[in-house]
Amino acid sequence: MNRLDKFRQSFLWYSFKRDKVAIACLLVLLILVLTAIFAPLIAPYNPYDPEMIDIMNSEIPPAWEAEGGTEFLLGTDSQGRDMLSTMIYGMRISIIIGLGAVALQAVLGVLIGLFAGYHGGRLDAFFMRAADVQLSFSYLMVAIFMSAILQAVVGVAKFGEIAIPFLVLVIGLSQWPQYARTVRASVLAERKKEYVEAARVAGFTSSRIILDQIFPNTLSPILVLSTIQVANAVMSEAALSFLGLGMPIDRPSLGSLINSGFELIFSGAWWITALPGLLLVILVLSINMLGDFLRDVFNPKLYKG
Amino acid sequence: MTDALLSVKNLYKHFDISGGLLDQISFSAGRLHRRRTLVKAVNNISFDLQAGETFSVVGESGCGKSTLGRTIMGLYPPNAGEIHYSGNRIDNLDHKRLLPYRKKMQMVFQDPYASLNPRKTIRQALEAPLRYHNPNLSNSEVKDRIDEVMIQVGSDPQWISRMPHEFSGGQRQRISIARALVVDPDFIVADEPISALDVSIQAQILNLMMDLQQQRNLAYLFVAHDLSVVEHLSDRVGVMYLGSMCELSEAGILFENPRHPYTQALMSAIPKLEGGPSEHIRLKGEVPTPINLPSGCVFHGRCPYANARCTAENPQLLSLEDGRQVACHGVEEGRF
Repeated sequence: MNRLDKFRQSFLWYSFKRDKVAIACLLVLLILVLTAIFAPLIAPYNPYDPEMIDIMNSEIPPAWEAEGGTEFLLGTDSQGRDMLSTMIYGMRISIIIGLGAVALQAVLGVLIGLFAGYHGGRLDAFFMRAADVQLSFSYLMVAIFMSAILQAVVGVAKFGEIAIPFLVLVIGLSQWPQYARTVRASVLAERKKEYVEAARVAGFTSSRIILDQIFPNTLSPILVLSTIQVANAVMSEAALSFLGLGMPIDRPSLGSLINSGFELIFSGAWWITALPGLLLVILVLSINMLGDFLRDVFNPKLYKG
Repeated sequence: MTDALLSVKNLYKHFDISGGLLDQISFSAGRLHRRRTLVKAVNNISFDLQAGETFSVVGESGCGKSTLGRTIMGLYPPNAGEIHYSGNRIDNLDHKRLLPYRKKMQMVFQDPYASLNPRKTIRQALEAPLRYHNPNLSNSEVKDRIDEVMIQVGSDPQWISRMPHEFSGGQRQRISIARALVVDPDFIVADEPISALDVSIQAQILNLMMDLQQQRNLAYLFVAHDLSVVEHLSDRVGVMYLGSMCELSEAGILFENPRHPYTQALMSAIPKLEGGPSEHIRLKGEVPTPINLPSGCVFHGRCPYANARCTAENPQLLSLEDGRQVACHGVEEGRF
């Protein structure tokens, strides 16, 4: 209760209440995330169940089109799957991969940034050069190599089963330098402050000083970065899936759905590509706008007034 | 001198500011040179500190007085020299073996706004060192110790669940002192503890520190540039210039009759309310950089009494008959 009261009195809550865009984005995001979490309860069909799919229902347009029906509100794709259900399940996969990849990035990047920034010297030089090298590769190139090798090793059928952890790994490993650099910059500013010296005088070990004293003071840039990185990871996943390197078509994410409809877009079945694309845009946009809002709150100097 | 609480012998602290390997390499006269840039912050400093004594180190900005305090606390490793605490050498100990001395030696910092972690409550700031050094204390014992210390520094024990940003500078400095005291030290390095505070608060904090000294028999190494404060509370004073100790004496003797030309100039800068025209000694020139220390006496370039010997030979601290130590060839030779 105490914490809730504190939050209600915080500047974050105060600014949030006055920012209509942020409220709208959070609402949209909450609806989307809740829909994704409770997909089996909300979606009218189960797109993973072959018995519910009838190829005769393929490429039915959405309900508001002349040929559409109320049976499939947003139409069906080329295999007769209900678009609405497939999109909800696809968004679930996209969000899982996005959050998982960001969690991996954050753990790696924050730890490396904290220790490299605090200790400096060779450790710092090594990890920061590694980050430079990592960023000089396009993550797409790395992902293409790795998924091609992996598909050849385990086979395409097996690849579908391990696609989610694979994508989390690829996107997570490719983006850790973002976190490492941000955190390191904060640590460099913090470690000169006298409370860190006071902790050293108290005799604390350096790990304790880093994790217990410095880390809490680097949280606000981490929070801002995380929102943006979730959006980035969702987009990266969509890009990989669109290229056919991500989720297989029998368990589509938003990216692979967009891809699967892309071949049919000129034959009139625009909804198979456009609707998942729209959902992706709304999802990423609402996360990004929330990230912008957080950045403005935590760094009032940037505020545009 | 073996009964000294703290004994510093020939301490040197140099900082390497030459940057990476590529920055160090320069090409001249047809050859590659690797050049290191060292800031010679503390050079050949020796002194003793008795239990319960206040020893002040004064000097202008950049003379190495803060570095001296921090090196003694182990925040910087010394380049040469020895630090002994109650007879045991501590400058070469590793982290584990230094821990028992961390309890005995604490530090109060200059900036009360930076010296408390903004994300920690006062309770966390005070409890962490206490529990770390005394893992066997029960919760009620910890609470008693913290309450006791908070009352001793003149703060309300009920404040301890608040965050640092809820306090004023003077209150924060009291809390910083409480944090130092909570592990029950014998010796505190106070690195300009009042220079960031309002004048009225300065007096409160000084009186608090003097009261605590009497109650707990604390020894202070007081780093300061405010000479009137130093005169008020010190037993002994060391005057530093450009990393070297020029004069070291009992406070009364030093302020009555400074002997080293730099101390004389420094003392003449204390504003006086009475008296005729100012006797302010104006030194010529600038303080040399501690990267290229002058040869001989570090003060010779600005000293009105310097001669050829001063430019060539580095003066050592000499004990005079009144107990003070002066590093000056002129005083040794009786030139002035």
